[in-house]
Amino acid sequence: MTNETNTAAEPTLDELVGTATNTALLPEPDAHAYDAIATGDADPLMLGGHKFTSRFILGSGRYDLNLIKATIENAGTQIVTMALRRCRTTENNLLDYIPKGITMLPNTSGARNAEEAVRIARLAREVCQTDFVKVEIEHETKYLLPDNAETIRATEMLAKEGFVVMPYMFPDPIAARQLEEAGAACVMPLGSLIGSNKGLRMRDFIEVIIANAHIPVIIDAGIGRPSQAAEAMEMGADAVMAYTAIASAGNIPLMARAFKHAIEAGREAYLSGLGTVTEGHAVPSSPTNAADYLH
Amino acid sequence: MIINGQEENVATPISVDELIASKGFNAGRVAVEVNGAIVPRDKRAQTMLNGTDTVEIVTFVQGG
Repeated sequence: MTNETNTAAEPTLDELVGTATNTALLPEPDAHAYDAIATGDADPLMLGGHKFTSRFILGSGRYDLNLIKATIENAGTQIVTMALRRCRTTENNLLDYIPKGITMLPNTSGARNAEEAVRIARLAREVCQTDFVKVEIEHETKYLLPDNAETIRATEMLAKEGFVVMPYMFPDPIAARQLEEAGAACVMPLGSLIGSNKGLRMRDFIEVIIANAHIPVIIDAGIGRPSQAAEAMEMGADAVMAYTAIASAGNIPLMARAFKHAIEAGREAYLSGLGTVTEGHAVPSSPTNAADYLH
Repeated sequence: MIINGQEENVATPISVDELIASKGFNAGRVAVEVNGAIVPRDKRAQTMLNGTDTVEIVTFVQGG
């Protein structure tokens, strides 16, 4: 007779959310069955072998340094971006305001080609001993559009040096595949122009990227309000990065919390499987048997 | 010596460590490049600069 253990295995994510389209067929879950999804423990974001339970990446900028800690905490974020620049002042270093345990994600803003991006990434690694880098290669400041070709080249060079490369990109599905082949840890397509708060204007092409990617797809730019973040997550994005939407809010830490809730809601909706959209007719939610009406 | 893009008169010889300190920068918060090559933290004390060197001292600032 074999020894049997009584401890039931933890349910897998598939078991928790169900793979059938109608979850009414599944056993009734208890009140806390989905807590591990909300916290990310059962549904982590993996980037270059590193595990994150938050799907919200936060930009660090353009607000009072004293608000950064509260904003990060309310966002529940574990990854914060920053830029590298010439040192001009001895006061108020950003790193003194970032809570311990947060993963620093330096960007390569200011780089105009792959070589400049590699140079910035190496310097950033020297500042904070992080292997994470968000590759951003742009040629002008009016539209801040990423140069996909140079970004692919930089990604290949940096991945070979052991960086966890997170490239900001124009949502071209072919470039997304090339970035994946070049060793990117994820792709970060823009939803609309950086800082525009216009949301998922590139939705159709990001959907194609999501459908074909084997690495996380993180919507990087243009997400202007929590409902747009939720839309991105419902669509199947793996994470959202926001910066201007938070920085331009009336109450910055509170808006960070609103984004956190929206991103979690969107993720749970995506895992649940959204209902079918119908056109041209209603779908009754109450019985329609004519004999049972009180006519 | 050119430091962060500007010509400066610095008494040499001076080590990278000493230059960082003379500027008042927090050594743990900066990276240093001399003539295009990064000077790792553990080499700063022994890396001496002269008047013809081009030095970049960089740190993190707020950004997305």
